[in-house]
Amino acid sequence: MFTVFSRIINYGFVNFWRNGWPSAATVAIMTVALLVFIGLIFFNVIMTQAVASIQDKIDISVYFKTNTPEDEILNIKQSIESLSEVKSVEYVSSDRALQIFKEAHKDDPTISQAVNELQTNPLLASLNIKAKRPDQYASIAQYLQAPNLTQYIESLSYAKNQVVIDRLTNIIENVNRGGLVLTIVMALIAGLVVFNTIRLAIYSNRDEIGIMRAVGASNALVRGPYMVEGVIAGVLSGILALIIAGPTVYTVSPYFSNFVPGLNIFRYFTGHLMTLLGYQILFGIGIGVFSSFVAVRRYLRN
Amino acid sequence: MIAFQSVYKIYNSHSTALEDINFKVAPGEFLSLVGRSGAGKSTIIKLLIGEERPTRGRIFFGQYEVNKLRDSELPAFRRHIGIVFQDFRLLVAKNAYENVAFALEVGGRPSREIKELVPQVLDMVGLGDKMKNFPHELSGGEKQRVAIARAMVHRPEVIIADEPTGNLDPFHASEIVDLLKRINQLGTTVLLATHDKDIINTIGKRVVTLDRGRIVRDEENGKYILV
Repeated sequence: MFTVFSRIINYGFVNFWRNGWPSAATVAIMTVALLVFIGLIFFNVIMTQAVASIQDKIDISVYFKTNTPEDEILNIKQSIESLSEVKSVEYVSSDRALQIFKEAHKDDPTISQAVNELQTNPLLASLNIKAKRPDQYASIAQYLQAPNLTQYIESLSYAKNQVVIDRLTNIIENVNRGGLVLTIVMALIAGLVVFNTIRLAIYSNRDEIGIMRAVGASNALVRGPYMVEGVIAGVLSGILALIIAGPTVYTVSPYFSNFVPGLNIFRYFTGHLMTLLGYQILFGIGIGVFSSFVAVRRYLRN
Repeated sequence: MIAFQSVYKIYNSHSTALEDINFKVAPGEFLSLVGRSGAGKSTIIKLLIGEERPTRGRIFFGQYEVNKLRDSELPAFRRHIGIVFQDFRLLVAKNAYENVAFALEVGGRPSREIKELVPQVLDMVGLGDKMKNFPHELSGGEKQRVAIARAMVHRPEVIIADEPTGNLDPFHASEIVDLLKRINQLGTTVLLATHDKDIINTIGKRVVTLDRGRIVRDEENGKYILV
């Protein structure tokens, strides 16, 4: 048993090496397929990150009447925080609001002057609320319209932003769904290309398979080496794909950082290097072994 | 040890490859199957090694009834036979040594035994100095000698040679036939299919003549007689 196993492994390595060109072609095709996979992984990372950063920009603000005591506002803040849909609530006092306003318009002398001439602070205290998911803003807004709260509330930004929020929610959902479909389709194409490459390589070996059978080789001994070759090709192409992907990701990373703030795909790449390598090799081996197994089966009859 | 009992092979109503074939081969015999191309020699060999199944009739090989073997039983069965083909059928990705060793490896023989046996057999066929050569580096006669070495290295009970000289010039052809005779003298049964008249007439052993799928003559010490 062990002798057969070690011979199968040995044949696999020797055949892979001696078959030179076909082996190299298989590895090349598999590398391209795996690069497509890395591309898809990054596409998903970028999309998730982009969607998250857009989601982060959506919020609703509650503006309180000037006579509302700060304690009451903090109470309301607490009660909102206890809602399951709410991710965070930020309190902006009227003083803080003024400070922000001044900071934002410090280069505009007319506005700064106008603000300085005011005796009282015209800005209202507010709470900025972020929901966990964009489709939850409607229910938060509804909560805020309860009668015991409306007495303190001057205005609610949700009504003004509702259309924009709804549209963004829609876009985000479509992007997620489209990304999934694209991923599946591309993965399928890459998988089929590899499968057919290996099938062709084994088709050109069909006479050899016939000879081995005539000499009395068992199915395992005929099929095993091809599967070992599949494993070797899988490992090599997995490593090769990452070697090619590294510098590429490094080069394009700054462009994506401009497009989606806070996104650094190169850091993601280095941080997940081992996981990526694992997936690549696993996928490479999987498709290599599966394709060999299926392709050889045709020639194992009689 | 080999027996064909009323064997028919009919591909379709227009093409009957074999009709009512009956013969026996005793252990240690040297039997030549002769006839023109298409007479049915190759079909008999294909049936005997289980590559094809008879339409009717039974084929025995030692304790095996070949026509009843399942696909999964064929590899083990074939290790009892050594086969030599007209087109050599060497594994092109393996050198002479590895091609011969393969016949032992499929039987799960230990590496030590293989290292010892293979050079001996290659020496015997006169290729001791070409063990590392790949098939494309060998001449036709040399390839056929590698194939014979592969067929005999696992000491099969029978060596079947299907037109082994068909691709060789007369000089190399007689070399191959001499080899087969020597193997036979060592006790191995040999079944030789050929349409080469000169070869048959020099062997002087049993000859079974086929014509259009039927056995027309079966003689000890036979000659190739055109029908």
